[in-house]
Amino acid sequence: MNRRRVNFGIAVVALLCLLTGASGAAREKEAKPSAAANPAPALLIRNATILTVTHGTLEKADILIKDGKIAAVGSGLKAPADAQVIDASGQFVMPGIIDCHSHIAVDGDVNEGSVSVSSMVNIADVLNSDDPAIYRDLAGGVTAANILHGSANSIGGQTVVIKLRWGQPAAKLPFEGALPGIKFALGENPKRSNFRASGMPDRYPATRLGVEETIRGAFTEARDYKKTWDDYSKRVAAGEKNLIPPRRDLKLEPLVEVLEGKRYVHAHCYREDEILMLLRVAKEFGFRVQTLQHVLEGYKVADEIAAAGTGASTFSDWWAYKLEAYEAIPYNAALMTRRGVVVSVNSDDAAEATHLNQEAAKSMRYGGLTHDEALKLVTLNPAIQLGIEKRVGSIEVGKDADLVIYNRDPLSAYAVVQKTLIDGRVYFDREKDLAGRAALEQEKKELLEKAKKNAEKKADEKKAEGKKPEEKKPEEKAKPPQERTDEGGAR
Amino acid sequence: MSLISVRKRPGIVVFAALCLSLSGAGRVAAQGGEPRSFAIHGAKVVPVSGAPLENATVVVSRGVITAVGTNVAIPADAWVIEGKGLTVYPGLMDAFTDVGVAAAPASGGGGEANAKPPISKGPEDRPATTPWRNAADEINLGDARIESWRSAGFTATVSAPKSGMFPGQAAVLNLAGERAGDLVVKSPVAVPVSLQAPGGFRNYPDSLMGAIAYVRQVWLDANWSTQAEAIYEKNPRGVERPRYDQSTEALNDALQKHAVVLIPGNSSLEIRRALVLGEEWKVNSVIYGGQMGYEVAAEIAAKKVPVLVDLKWPEAAKDGDPEEVPSLRTLRFRDRAPSSPAALQKAGVKFAFYSGGITAAKDILPAVKKSIDAGLTPDAALRALTLSPAEIFGVADVLGSIEKGKIANLVVTDGDLFDKKTKVKIVFVDGRKFEVREPLRPSEPPMGDLTGKWKLSTSTPNGAEELTADLSMETDGTLTGTVSSPQRGTGSIFSGYVSEEKFSFTINLPIEGNPTDVRFTGTFEGNSMKGSISVLGYTFEFAGTKPGAAAGGAR
Repeated sequence: MNRRRVNFGIAVVALLCLLTGASGAAREKEAKPSAAANPAPALLIRNATILTVTHGTLEKADILIKDGKIAAVGSGLKAPADAQVIDASGQFVMPGIIDCHSHIAVDGDVNEGSVSVSSMVNIADVLNSDDPAIYRDLAGGVTAANILHGSANSIGGQTVVIKLRWGQPAAKLPFEGALPGIKFALGENPKRSNFRASGMPDRYPATRLGVEETIRGAFTEARDYKKTWDDYSKRVAAGEKNLIPPRRDLKLEPLVEVLEGKRYVHAHCYREDEILMLLRVAKEFGFRVQTLQHVLEGYKVADEIAAAGTGASTFSDWWAYKLEAYEAIPYNAALMTRRGVVVSVNSDDAAEATHLNQEAAKSMRYGGLTHDEALKLVTLNPAIQLGIEKRVGSIEVGKDADLVIYNRDPLSAYAVVQKTLIDGRVYFDREKDLAGRAALEQEKKELLEKAKKNAEKKADEKKAEGKKPEEKKPEEKAKPPQERTDEGGAR
Repeated sequence: MSLISVRKRPGIVVFAALCLSLSGAGRVAAQGGEPRSFAIHGAKVVPVSGAPLENATVVVSRGVITAVGTNVAIPADAWVIEGKGLTVYPGLMDAFTDVGVAAAPASGGGGEANAKPPISKGPEDRPATTPWRNAADEINLGDARIESWRSAGFTATVSAPKSGMFPGQAAVLNLAGERAGDLVVKSPVAVPVSLQAPGGFRNYPDSLMGAIAYVRQVWLDANWSTQAEAIYEKNPRGVERPRYDQSTEALNDALQKHAVVLIPGNSSLEIRRALVLGEEWKVNSVIYGGQMGYEVAAEIAAKKVPVLVDLKWPEAAKDGDPEEVPSLRTLRFRDRAPSSPAALQKAGVKFAFYSGGITAAKDILPAVKKSIDAGLTPDAALRALTLSPAEIFGVADVLGSIEKGKIANLVVTDGDLFDKKTKVKIVFVDGRKFEVREPLRPSEPPMGDLTGKWKLSTSTPNGAEELTADLSMETDGTLTGTVSSPQRGTGSIFSGYVSEEKFSFTINLPIEGNPTDVRFTGTFEGNSMKGSISVLGYTFEFAGTKPGAAAGGAR
């Protein structure tokens, strides 16, 4: 969060930025409530180059989709009579991109920055299904994203994995069955060294030592809270009556879930020392850090990260935006991969998310990952990190039909998304988008003209009213003798 | 004009009485001799609870409606109002406002200026939470909107204190009374919730998700304290005492009295969220906002949650950047918002209107008219201003329609309520009659010309004040121009006339944030004038001269 960025990457594909009109096109199509109720029709993607990620690359092959799932992958598949057919000759199909660090689709602030432990707040409460960034991400091939709280606090808010079902209400966005998470943050952001207000006392903690203490303190509290409830349940089970139940504490409940392995920790971090610190604290309290986010010095402590069973979600080549991000190298993803860490490349940014395919490709240049390894950085690996790899992340029979169709190899800088599918339904279609823009521009023009006319009419009426002499009307009299009130009104 | 300082004077009642004696056309105070029995005879009556009646009679006595119909005997003691050409409606209700409620008391109390509330470090600090406040206990009879709302046909409001996530309890108020308690019809009727984080540096919560989490914790705590206290009272020894919490006590009390919970929801995103939150909190919820109802009416109907529709329709900011082109979604919203009530009606959602961001009472019915133009039937519009809000807030047994036995809140107009030309002529609140009159138009040609720059001096309890009036009179006596005060700025005359040697003109100025009419009446001769200034029920004398003109001006 709040980073000024220095991107050494390829410029954002310009057309993706032209989407003010395009965003509406999809909404018009998808906003109809019936779209959600109807099951997706059977669909056959034909004659494509299929990048399965887990089972190599298939040339001139087909994917059959039924009920939103991949039903068959192979050559010469037959489409059922009612199936739609997408002819993808010369095109490339890959699993939908999964962005392991995103802040799109959030209504309001992504930080509850008032307190150092804000575990009571939940991104799932404020999902914004109207954020056009959802559609822009779709146009960049993203089908799922880990929507995180910001990094203002040592322990931030609860997080949620969504599918980018543009046009559906917010309640339909969460990835069904995905374990919820919680954001942690280490280093400069939670100690607020860059976010001071003159005349105001610093918020605790103001040092890295304090960040550790804050996390330790919160989990000590959570452990006590859990014990209070466990004791209570035991006494109730033993038949005791008239016990006052413990008060529910929404701040501590998610931390208890972390202790019980029911909630993933996604920790914002940069430096090796803080990374090792968190791994130690987690070990002490008996939970696992699911992912380290950014983790720019992860290459220095890759063995420790791998040993902890922790995933690393990093940038391809984005660094030096602050002191603690100086020792980053573009080889980070590749080096950690080689040491056995499950690595993903994320966006942390709505624009960056529109070309994560290119971000993944950079690790072939820096560190020599194979084509499949590079693809995994934005598909299977983030799926594993988010615990959804049984559902998504590769093209396999039985998995969700969350797919992207590119005109070229997606790891090419020239690749442009043609279609993006989620649950076997087309949520982005480049051709239709382009075709729909004129109508949207026209509608916009008409609405602007209408508004202008109404404003003029209002002004005219006001003028006319001001000049028109008021009619004199006979007064209604009450009988018997009328009660006198003064003009204008009331008693 | 030291208008504000006058209102703040402690000896306000004495002073008001003084004003009455000073001004010849002073207000008629309620007195022992005030009639309490009326019959409106031969009018069109729109009861809302049934079909309109032509040539019908409504009898009210001692505050209640005692008879309605086409064949009704008029009691001997009733004052008869000839209703020919008039239409009688139930008094209108503003379903959510702060009209009649005093502003929040300064925190820290007393004379401590700039006392800030302590920084909130978590939900236990109960930030921006004052659910024990209650509109019924904080009525401000000096609120000028009581009269302006009433004169626009609104006889009752659902009023609540403002500001905070739990600002306080709402009560149904009748918009007239001698004393604060006279206004209260029912209290409490609602607990409004806002999800607007109070913000402030390091003040919890400072985000939308923080506000949601906070409100969730408060409802959990309210539930818990009920449970914990009951168990504790049975056997307090040896058990840690549950903490007393003013907030949850107040909320539990209000809910026990069947108050509904008002949850904000204007866009479809917010409305859907409000539906989820209402279920989660396990309260009887009512959504307020509702302006994107055209997108989600069916979903609201499925949950059977009533909606209060904000009549301040979205529009471009007046001081916005003229170069900025709004998004298509914003444009659609501005275009379609007034169609939401029609969509709600069609889907079978119970809804009522509230003034929302509208600050002048005269703008409320034109805003309703917009939704009629966008497809709402006039009957449904009327219901949303009368019986529906009464039902939503549990006062339909006494308010909302013209039926025998109900409180005599009536609006008498000279035509269809939603017709722009229609004027509200008489309003009854609790059976008390208030006439609403347009300023008299000149019946005689003016004797002289008021045109020119005038210096006016007036004497208020706070000392002398000088005003300047720049007047322009047409030959028929119509008066236009401006009046400036060094303290209060300039107001344009929106209604003014000269008849023989008499004149009257009215300007509108913001006083304590409320647009307020200030009326000048008097007589003139040559280059001098004298008369009185009426504002907020107080009257001051003034005298004026036209210094620039030669002596013995037009005559």
